[in-house]
Amino acid sequence: MEVARSVSLGWRRTRHIAEGEAEARPSNAGRPALGRYGTWPTCLAMLLAAACLGASAIDGFDFLDAETAERYQRLITEFRCPKCLNESIASSGAPIAVDLRRTVRRLMEEGAADDDIRDHLQERYGDFVLYDPPFKPSTWFLWFSPLILLVTVVFVFRRVARLGAVDEPAPEDLDRARRLLRDAD
Amino acid sequence: MNRAKLFVPATLFGVLVIVLYLGFTLRDPTLLPSALLDKPFPGFDLPVLAGAPGERATRDRLLGETRLVNVWATWCPTCLAEHGELMRIRAETGLSIVGISYKDDSRKARQWLAHYGDPYDFNVVDLDGDLGVDLGVYGAPETFLVDAEGIIRFKHVGDVNPGVWRDEFEPRIAALKGKDEVAENRL
Repeated sequence: MEVARSVSLGWRRTRHIAEGEAEARPSNAGRPALGRYGTWPTCLAMLLAAACLGASAIDGFDFLDAETAERYQRLITEFRCPKCLNESIASSGAPIAVDLRRTVRRLMEEGAADDDIRDHLQERYGDFVLYDPPFKPSTWFLWFSPLILLVTVVFVFRRVARLGAVDEPAPEDLDRARRLLRDAD
Repeated sequence: MNRAKLFVPATLFGVLVIVLYLGFTLRDPTLLPSALLDKPFPGFDLPVLAGAPGERATRDRLLGETRLVNVWATWCPTCLAEHGELMRIRAETGLSIVGISYKDDSRKARQWLAHYGDPYDFNVVDLDGDLGVDLGVYGAPETFLVDAEGIIRFKHVGDVNPGVWRDEFEPRIAALKGKDEVAENRL
């Protein structure tokens, strides 16, 4: 998060400089376009730093300590964005995901425990927002389906194995077969 | 016996087709069941759009009669699509409609109402979407049916069109009105 903060400050400073120089542009008309923003290494460093920024930095949140920041990151990956179906609110850029991240942060600041935060979102958006669905009658099928599948597979395999096994023919059957073959000659 | 076994794969395939067909068609995966059905409308204290200077509204203003609470915004094209139907409902049934101006520019919202007509008793301004989160809103428009005690009885995501009004809202409102009359007769 320290990195994020220094980068966001750096960005503000650079923007400031860029605006200041933009006003003075007529006198610098002959300079290459890139010169207005600084040197290549600066640009590269900023690009690399920007690539490292997490959702919290995008939202402009600053956490005082790494532990809280980590807790926030962990929590927001636990919730599914209601609008986007297959994204967590951590990775989604949808406005509703921004609102939910802000809600998570507000609840954290109010001292809510992780379970309180889960309950808070579940009460409003239903089980849908939880990537880890609760165990209750409507989700029994979901939870038990791997077990059901496993039992089915074991059952089918045993049946197939039994069908494949060839029993030794009885001695009298062998005798009869030999007699038949001899008669056919 | 062995003949019958030949049909096992075909039967399994048939079952799979039916299950997948039902799974992919019967339920729209973008529609979430509302977690707030039969729960009280969440509390709020928000500015009133185009109200008296400094005027605010709270949950108490929803109580007393059955109402629609409509979450809308000028940036939402579907909200424009349903606007005419809301106007018709208000004009023909007299049902109270309360608006939530959701994450919207209030100036644009006022212009919208001046231009397209205003079916709302009043609008509250939910600028940052916090009331939206409390309501489990995930996309405008959403329309809640709230009874006289402030309990959410139904929620519709998407536009309120004549079909939705006839099939989803009208029967439920009739049922609620019936219950209110029974309660009044008892008094």
